[in-house]
Amino acid sequence: MGPKAGAILNLLAAAVLGLFLWWAEDNLDGYMIQILNLIAVNIILALSLNLIYGFTGLFSLGHAGFMAIGAYVCSILILAPEQKEMLFILEPAYDWVQSAQAPFFVAVAAGGLAAAFFGVLVGVPLLRLGDDYLGMATLGFAEIVRVLAINLPRVTNGALGFKGIPDHANLWWNYSWCLFTLFFVIRLIRSNSGNVFKAIRDDETAAKAMGIDVFRHKLLSFSIGAFFAGVGGALLGSLLATIDPKMFTFVLTFNVLMIVVTGGLGSITGSVLAGIAITVLLEWLRFVENPVFFGEWELPGIPGMRMVVFSLALIFIILFRREGFMGKREFSWDGAVRRFFRKAGPHGR
Amino acid sequence: MAVDAVLETKGLTMRFGGLTAVKGFSAAIPRGSIVGLIGPNGAGKTTCFNMITGFYKPSEGQVLFNGADITGTPPHRVCRSGIARTFQNIRLFVNETVLENVMIGCHLRQRTGWWQAVLCLPSNRREERAIAERARELLKVVGLQDLAGEQANSLPYGAQRRLEIARALATRPTFLLLDEPAAGMNPNETQELMGFIREIRRSFDLTVLLIEHDMKVVMGICEHIWVLDYGEMIAAGPPQAIQSDPKVIKAYLGEEALAHA
Repeated sequence: MGPKAGAILNLLAAAVLGLFLWWAEDNLDGYMIQILNLIAVNIILALSLNLIYGFTGLFSLGHAGFMAIGAYVCSILILAPEQKEMLFILEPAYDWVQSAQAPFFVAVAAGGLAAAFFGVLVGVPLLRLGDDYLGMATLGFAEIVRVLAINLPRVTNGALGFKGIPDHANLWWNYSWCLFTLFFVIRLIRSNSGNVFKAIRDDETAAKAMGIDVFRHKLLSFSIGAFFAGVGGALLGSLLATIDPKMFTFVLTFNVLMIVVTGGLGSITGSVLAGIAITVLLEWLRFVENPVFFGEWELPGIPGMRMVVFSLALIFIILFRREGFMGKREFSWDGAVRRFFRKAGPHGR
Repeated sequence: MAVDAVLETKGLTMRFGGLTAVKGFSAAIPRGSIVGLIGPNGAGKTTCFNMITGFYKPSEGQVLFNGADITGTPPHRVCRSGIARTFQNIRLFVNETVLENVMIGCHLRQRTGWWQAVLCLPSNRREERAIAERARELLKVVGLQDLAGEQANSLPYGAQRRLEIARALATRPTFLLLDEPAAGMNPNETQELMGFIREIRRSFDLTVLLIEHDMKVVMGICEHIWVLDYGEMIAAGPPQAIQSDPKVIKAYLGEEALAHA
């Protein structure tokens, strides 16, 4: 099968997705649509972290920080001036915050760019650090962003955050951004620059000896990842219609990390599948937090129980299937066609 | 020495804390030659490689490549200037295919970058196709063309060594450093390796410096040899002279062997 056929199949798949969304918009209830939206956002976030951690081998725990930057920048740009006047009750907003306005697409892109800018800013000093130290330092960065969000009331409205953010992030926007992210990351990873990222992950010393400017490529991967984390954060803010500093704690990073590790570090397919599966499970598992009746006997619901279940699941995955569901493998039309015919055809190999 | 030296080191010294790993290493490597650096284990040979290729910044001394001072230049810039190397303990990109390993070596001379790839520009597509083509040709040179799609760490040991050389050649070097290329090879493979090194020198217009313990290889292909012992150069000269140099025999075999010789 040539590259043309693959491209046609990709377009077909996108069209099928479009049809499904069109159908879903009118036929599914708000709760289901919300889950579909969360799936798209989680896939964007998982892909961005997979690029940084799975493909370039940079152990970064700063995702919540980049998401917060994206969410705040985007929200400030799409909140109407009257809304802002109502919101900023602690201290009045700076004039530039008050007057900043942009259409939704530009606002999301600006959120991503702001996150990427901070990615470069913290990447320059931090990416010289090794694995574990980088993890700690980026975790610290995310915490700094959160504390700044609380303590810059004239920009972020402090601990109160924003409410009533216009809910522009509908299925179409979310899935367009999701497909764009997917396309971007796939093109990047399949190019020779993608090979270079993987080379740095596998053996940094050898990469240097091959003439690769390791630091520059780490910074590139890190800031592209930060960009899409910012985009994901921006969409999430508009989707939930409310943001505040408490939302951007380590738990948020952990959720994304869980998707990436479950799907497989270094597998785009894995991130997509796990993004779908874990978003659905996170919702479905809410039943463990409700009281359960066994005939006469009642088991009281425990809030937060599903995170315990998920943490246990993650431990088991790491113990028994360290490489995640997909390992480093990827879906391809060729493979799918071959598998289909092998099953269907009796004479297949 | 009035030779046309491609690489010249002047008094290279490397100290790690109180330990002097290499002391005053000076050598001029004639263009187009195959030369060797030998010595017992721990003599400082790999340290010399690391100083030349920028992995270590020498405590003292200078490295001149084509007359330009490259002392303390970071490794990727040294590689860009035309020096490629292999490693004593093979360092391949283990999760990538054989072809991708070589393509990564080509990246250094690639003109189109990541954003052209993302934008699907034809210039990038053309260049990456040409790179894949060149990588295949290099694999043919080292006889791995049939294994292009295999994962690098699934190759047998000897093939991994050859892949490492192909990857180094992909950076278009003029000076190639091989760190124990014959390690772990059987006599047959060793014999082939000698012919192979001569062949790539000719077809790629290279100068080759190799570290090797296998004396058959060293004496067989090197035109000039430097001998290190405890970080100091104890002898330098053509193979015949080195073979009969009492200091070298002493370093390798000890005092008694010399007495019996």
